[in-house]
Amino acid sequence: MKWQFSNDAPIYTQLIQQIKVGIVSGGFPPGERLPSVRDLATEAGVNPNTMQRALMELERDGLVYSQRTAGRFVTEDKAMIETAKRGLAERHIKTFLAAMTNLGFQREEIVSLLRQESGEEETAHVGSGM
Amino acid sequence: MSVLECKDLCKNYGHAPALDQVSLAVEPGHIVGLLGPNGSGKTTLIKLANGLLTPTSGEILVCGMRPGKETHACVSYLPERTAIPTWMSTAQLLDFYGDFYADFRRDAAEEMLAHLNIQPRQRIKQMSKGTREKVQLIMVMSRAAKLYLLDEPIGGVDPATRDYILSTIIGNYNPEAAVVISTHLISDVEKVLDEVIFINQGRVVLQSSVDQIREEKGMSVDELFREVFKC
Repeated sequence: MKWQFSNDAPIYTQLIQQIKVGIVSGGFPPGERLPSVRDLATEAGVNPNTMQRALMELERDGLVYSQRTAGRFVTEDKAMIETAKRGLAERHIKTFLAAMTNLGFQREEIVSLLRQESGEEETAHVGSGM
Repeated sequence: MSVLECKDLCKNYGHAPALDQVSLAVEPGHIVGLLGPNGSGKTTLIKLANGLLTPTSGEILVCGMRPGKETHACVSYLPERTAIPTWMSTAQLLDFYGDFYADFRRDAAEEMLAHLNIQPRQRIKQMSKGTREKVQLIMVMSRAAKLYLLDEPIGGVDPATRDYILSTIIGNYNPEAAVVISTHLISDVEKVLDEVIFINQGRVVLQSSVDQIREEKGMSVDELFREVFKC
């Protein structure tokens, strides 16, 4: 897993997002045991307390659960993972829509541009006709 | 109990104040960045905690004690300049640390050295600057200390060596010990820290958690530092 951090948000919230992506994309499959806090912190290059905090928040949300001696595991609840996936997708869409609106596009134009891009990728780059 | 505590700590060099009314506390389990521009008093504070300097006034306590023989046993110090005897081989250095420090975890040190492919017979003086820094850090982090004082551990080494040093600090994390890292290379260390102490002209100007700064200011510690210490 590749960890990347931006400057404008707390590190623990970014960890939460990235672990969620790992769970949703199957990097951490349902029911699988997560590496220890120390190993995850070393891998991500972050403070172990910050990693601990992120995992506790994920635990509170139910995406991971801990078993007293065995460690932390990814939930087996597929519906919950699906909900997390939707949540992440909505964030991407909101960011995208905001950027497009900022460029001056209307909703219909955005939708048709999206259709073009996803349906006719082979026709190379079509001018946006601004 | 705080691992390191300063109360109204002052240190003058002649008439020039190096530290002025410094009060702070570092709790176990925390990795704290001591951040400030050159000449702000970082090294002076670390040397006071280590008993290499004595306060002009005020108090500094390590594990509740004044720096001295008892605190040397629980403080592991990485000086700014490489201080390991260069004529020694790695094996001799391991013996040396084992003789000096009751809390030296030789197994841990050997494992980390082996991981870097450093041979026991290799002499320190034959090593590059980066390798010497790594070896010295391995020695310092291999002690089961209560307080690690790391003075500029990533100054003057390449980015890959920096990453190695920082991951070694994380990998040796102990919830009962505290780590104090002095540096001005903030963007490199910021993710590793719980807390930061900004020090300027001998005074503490800010003590806060990294995520609190990011949450409240919407900027990284590095960006905040550049703003506070703008020349």
